[in-house]
Amino acid sequence: MELTKQKRTGPVIFSDYKRGDAIRKVITMSREDILFELKNSKLKGRGGAGFPTSTKWMLTAASKSDKKFLVCNADEGEPGTFKDRVLLIEYPELVFDGMVAGGYTIGAQQGILYLRGEYEYLLKSLQSYLEEMRKDNLLGKSILGKEGFDFDVSIFLGSGAYVCGEETALIESLEGHRGEPRNRPPYPISTGYLGKPTSVNNVETLCAVAHIIIKGGQWFCKFGTDKSSGSKLFSVSGDCEKPGVYELPWGTKVSELLELVGAKNTKAVQIGGASGVCIPKSQFTRTFAYEDVATGGSVMIFNESRNMLHVLKNFMEFFVDESCGQCTPCRIGNVKLLEGVEMIENGTYTFAHINKLKELGRTMQVASKCGLGQSSPNPFISILENFNDEIFNSANGGKNGR
Amino acid sequence: MLVIEKNALSEEIESYINTYGNDRSALLMILHEIQNKHRHISEFAQQEVARMLNIHPVEIYSVISFFAFLNSNPKGRNIVRICQTISCDMQGKAAVVKAIERELGIKIGETTKDNKFTLEHANCLGLCDMGPAMAINDQVFTKLTPEKAVELLSKVK
Repeated sequence: MELTKQKRTGPVIFSDYKRGDAIRKVITMSREDILFELKNSKLKGRGGAGFPTSTKWMLTAASKSDKKFLVCNADEGEPGTFKDRVLLIEYPELVFDGMVAGGYTIGAQQGILYLRGEYEYLLKSLQSYLEEMRKDNLLGKSILGKEGFDFDVSIFLGSGAYVCGEETALIESLEGHRGEPRNRPPYPISTGYLGKPTSVNNVETLCAVAHIIIKGGQWFCKFGTDKSSGSKLFSVSGDCEKPGVYELPWGTKVSELLELVGAKNTKAVQIGGASGVCIPKSQFTRTFAYEDVATGGSVMIFNESRNMLHVLKNFMEFFVDESCGQCTPCRIGNVKLLEGVEMIENGTYTFAHINKLKELGRTMQVASKCGLGQSSPNPFISILENFNDEIFNSANGGKNGR
Repeated sequence: MLVIEKNALSEEIESYINTYGNDRSALLMILHEIQNKHRHISEFAQQEVARMLNIHPVEIYSVISFFAFLNSNPKGRNIVRICQTISCDMQGKAAVVKAIERELGIKIGETTKDNKFTLEHANCLGLCDMGPAMAINDQVFTKLTPEKAVELLSKVK
């Protein structure tokens, strides 16, 4: 295996941190103080949806129940995303300390790391890491002598379903059911795993929490923009010299990132994975931020030689494969969109039909039950609109100029 | 299936129940263990799990059919998954797939006659910065070339 540790530097996540620090600090604080610090930091969920972490934890903490759960969502299935892999291999201390701190804050006794099936090779090292934490009393009963603070973490292995990254689908599969999203409300914060209050947080969010607890919300706000505080990990892949994981403050321009990773002759950037949007050169001045181009961190770069229709077909095949089939807009809609792409490929399309399909895409965005179907038309709409010329007006007679 | 095999399988499933408990929430961990060991979850295994968890066997089947990594039909001893997502695709996945298909004499989705390999596509292995990538069972391999991929397969028992 060629997955080795690298020396990384960054403003927040990749800044210095010693194992157990956040836990040592957190047990000296009151829950209210921790929530206040998180609120100050304006930290938003790093999985892509961007829900404020302090609100989620406040609501989970306020739910009355004998049992609560904290789930770390490491079901990183979005094409082009691999930051969680890096965090789990190189920074397990941040992930698990963040989980313990979260457990303390919301009053949970059990944490569950939902590891995607594709990352099974990480299971052993993570389990031995947890064992070490138990030895040092960073997990278990009365953590670090704090009376009444019991918290332990178990690892649950997923079985290869993209939709299980959606929090209610994830909980369904934890409970031993098909990973089909639930109707919301009720939200997991009140009715989650086994019907108990559950907070589901992204790996990167928990890592950021560990740092915020040590250094404070004010410090975190120094990075990023007004509405998007802190930094973000970007998983960069595609046509560039240095693909990999980069930590940059929010508000970084797309063009700045492209320069940093050595991307040349770039034609398009797909931001936010297959379910994200594809932006052309003219929009490279836009910034990564919740208020501009929001992303879970996936950045795929395409240079001039790439055929955007082929890219789109790959994405739509992915969604047809991964739709859970529960709701009609997503189950049938994605198949129809893929058929449309194939029609363009074969030159059997009509513009009337393509426009109908775009409309269908917009219907899916509002009518689908979960984020999968709500976001799967994004690449269809954005690629056909932004690369209209390449796809429909190519000089060589409908062959989609390469 | 011989009675003796059935008994062995029942005992095995019982040992998983002892480890993970007999609550429905233990189901996926149990199925995962069976899948890992036998490369598929047979009808008999499904019935046994259902009996011990006290749920209907069709519930077990519905869960198996949902997840990509669980299957009720036998597969080869080693499952080879090649990432088909665009990042790996752009880095030369097609040539790797063709080379493997030639070498093993099967297409994607098929199993070799000696039952040694089953070849599949995977949806994003999370190794986009080091593509093309493939997984052989639970181990992953990155930056493949057609030659390297075939060589890796030849080392598999």
